[in-house]
Amino acid sequence: MAGILVAGEWNEDGLQSSTAELLAVGRSLASVSGVQVYVAVLGSVPESVSHEAISLGADSVYVLRDPLLNEGGLDAAVAAFEAICRQTGPEVMLFAKTAVGSEAGPRVAFRLGVGAAQDCIKVEVEADSNRVVVTRPVYGGNAMARLRFPGADPQVIVVRGKAYEPLTADATRQGQVVPVDVSLDPAVVKSRRVETVKAEAAGVRLEDASVVVGGGRGLGGPEPFEQLEELARLLGGAVGASRAVCDAGWLDHGCQIGLTGKTITPNLYITVGISGASQHMAGCSGAKHLVAINKDADSNIFKAASLGVVGDWKAVLPSFIETVRELVKS
Amino acid sequence: MALNVIVCAKQVMDPETPISAFKIDPDTMRVAPAAGVPPVVNGFDENAVEAALRLKDESGATITVISVGNGFVMDVMKKPLSMGADRLVLVEGDQVADLDSAATAYVLSETIKKIEDYDLILCGRQASDWDNSQVPLGIAEILGLPCLTVVQKVKAHGDGVVVHRSLDDGYEVVEAGMPAVVTVSNELGEPRYPNLRGIMAASRKAPTVWTAEDLNLDIGRLAPSLELIDLFIPVSDRRCEFVQGEDDADAGRKLALRLREEKLL
Ligand SMILES: Cc1cc2nc3c(=O)[nH]c(=O)nc-3n(C[C@H](O)[C@H](O)[C@H](O)COP(=O)(O)OP(=O)(O)OC[C@H]3O[C@@H](n4cnc5c(N)ncnc54)[C@H](O)[C@@H]3O)c2cc1C
Ligand SMILES: Nc1ncnc2c1ncn2[C@@H]1O[C@H](COP(=O)(O)O)[C@@H](O)[C@H]1O
Repeated sequence: MAGILVAGEWNEDGLQSSTAELLAVGRSLASVSGVQVYVAVLGSVPESVSHEAISLGADSVYVLRDPLLNEGGLDAAVAAFEAICRQTGPEVMLFAKTAVGSEAGPRVAFRLGVGAAQDCIKVEVEADSNRVVVTRPVYGGNAMARLRFPGADPQVIVVRGKAYEPLTADATRQGQVVPVDVSLDPAVVKSRRVETVKAEAAGVRLEDASVVVGGGRGLGGPEPFEQLEELARLLGGAVGASRAVCDAGWLDHGCQIGLTGKTITPNLYITVGISGASQHMAGCSGAKHLVAINKDADSNIFKAASLGVVGDWKAVLPSFIETVRELVKS
Repeated sequence: MALNVIVCAKQVMDPETPISAFKIDPDTMRVAPAAGVPPVVNGFDENAVEAALRLKDESGATITVISVGNGFVMDVMKKPLSMGADRLVLVEGDQVADLDSAATAYVLSETIKKIEDYDLILCGRQASDWDNSQVPLGIAEILGLPCLTVVQKVKAHGDGVVVHRSLDDGYEVVEAGMPAVVTVSNELGEPRYPNLRGIMAASRKAPTVWTAEDLNLDIGRLAPSLELIDLFIPVSDRRCEFVQGEDDADAGRKLALRLREEKLL
């Protein structure tokens, strides 16, 4: 069966939103080429997850089963995705740019001897050739590349998070759930997770916040972040930062926004002392409104901002926060 | 027993190149090198060198840095040596210039096989030119080795390696046997600066240079698996409205009022 195979990911809360986004990509490709969209999910998948996938666009759900898949290791996931790909021969295989997908995608592609396109923000079908063309940021987002797959199928594509919106769930959609025993060779597992150490979570998650206040190296040290925290509290938002801040140890690395950090899509993103390097912007280009406070009028951040103040945050920020406090109270 | 550590390091355009100097040559569909801005060793690869040096500090290691490409700037590529690495192997020539991820992984794997003695292969998590984060995965697949990505801490013990992999919300501890491929991220911490002794030692070391022939490469495997059809600089259509005031404090006040007008507060 040729078609579009989505590498699905799920957890206790259900299907991952990144997988829902892939299903939307798959459906948009299928609307041109008319093929099936099917998703592979791994392990002891609850039925509700399979039905969620169908309601979000899957024509069928392959539930790949093997004892090794319940341990959640990446090596087993790679082997399982490889197996279903060999078994079903899709023309396109979609992965999400998650810890699992961004690694499993290329590894499956290497095993199949085909190319993989990482971190794509656009996936289209060329009408005449029926081949996929992807667009991906390169050089930290300073340039965009459009690429095609000249070789054999599958065309393996890793899609950046939040580049596509999931479809609206439609509970009346029909689809099949197909269990598949993949019988993996235990030798595929080459590493073992010993433990997971979760960072303490407090307040609104950066990825989910509708308001984000971001600080950069221009703040000069960790102390000013107390003011950003206060602003975020007033607005019900979260605090994030540039990589320079996290590398300096002023904030935890979990706060990093950007190409190698988190992708945020808030309604409002307020940056203070961030220069707007392309690698930072890669994580916040989905912000609806960007507001920047920076003392350098030529700084790149103002190219993406809709509102800006050119000034020293030490003077701008206190009066800004004070006025915000009065406004949100009234 | 001292470890043999291989670090894969790529020469890239300096990612701090000012955006105004970032140009694309439309004919070749390549980024034009910015005049007067020398290339650098990819940042994450310096993190990988640092990880190797920490292993060396702890229990001794021989560190071999390998790179595939063309037009190497020797002062740039010797930086890992001046930081404390022992040996530099450059695979150079027109045939191995501008390879894509799969081809690069193949050439690096052949280089690693020729080096023969290795316990750990450290790479950067991604190269700052094409931001692919694929080459190390390819090396692990080709050589059939464990693959541990986006790592912030590396410890070797006996014949195994234990790493901390950065996650969105914390980290996980993962162990594997050696040899293994590990990709290092900036959370590891700043790479050390070369000291004078290191710089002197590096200046006396000549790199080993290998070509496609030396590695008996199958030239057919160097062909790209993705076809570039366009490379362009994105344009932003946003225009910034600058909020002004009598002084900075007044501008801050007015900014809040503008946000209220826009119903953003
Ligand atoms: C492969 C790669 C991946 C990367 N990934 C990321 C990523 O995920 N996220 C990320 O953020 N970066 C990333 N970077 C780093 C990125 O290139 C920049 O170096 C970084 O974003 C700069 O952080 P910054 O804006 O805080 O610091 P700077 O660039 O130093 O900017 C500081 C700003 O503060 C302003 N300022 C200084 N003093 C004041 C003051 N008193 N009042 C007001 N303004 C002031 C300055 O005008 C300046 O614009 C990556 C780089 C590479 C090569
Ligand atoms: N040409 C190269 N020479 C040496 N190492 C490389 C080369 N290309 C990639 N690498 C290694 O692979 C990592 C990831 O690169 P990439 O997959 O291109 O993003 C880099 O950080 C390097 O450690």
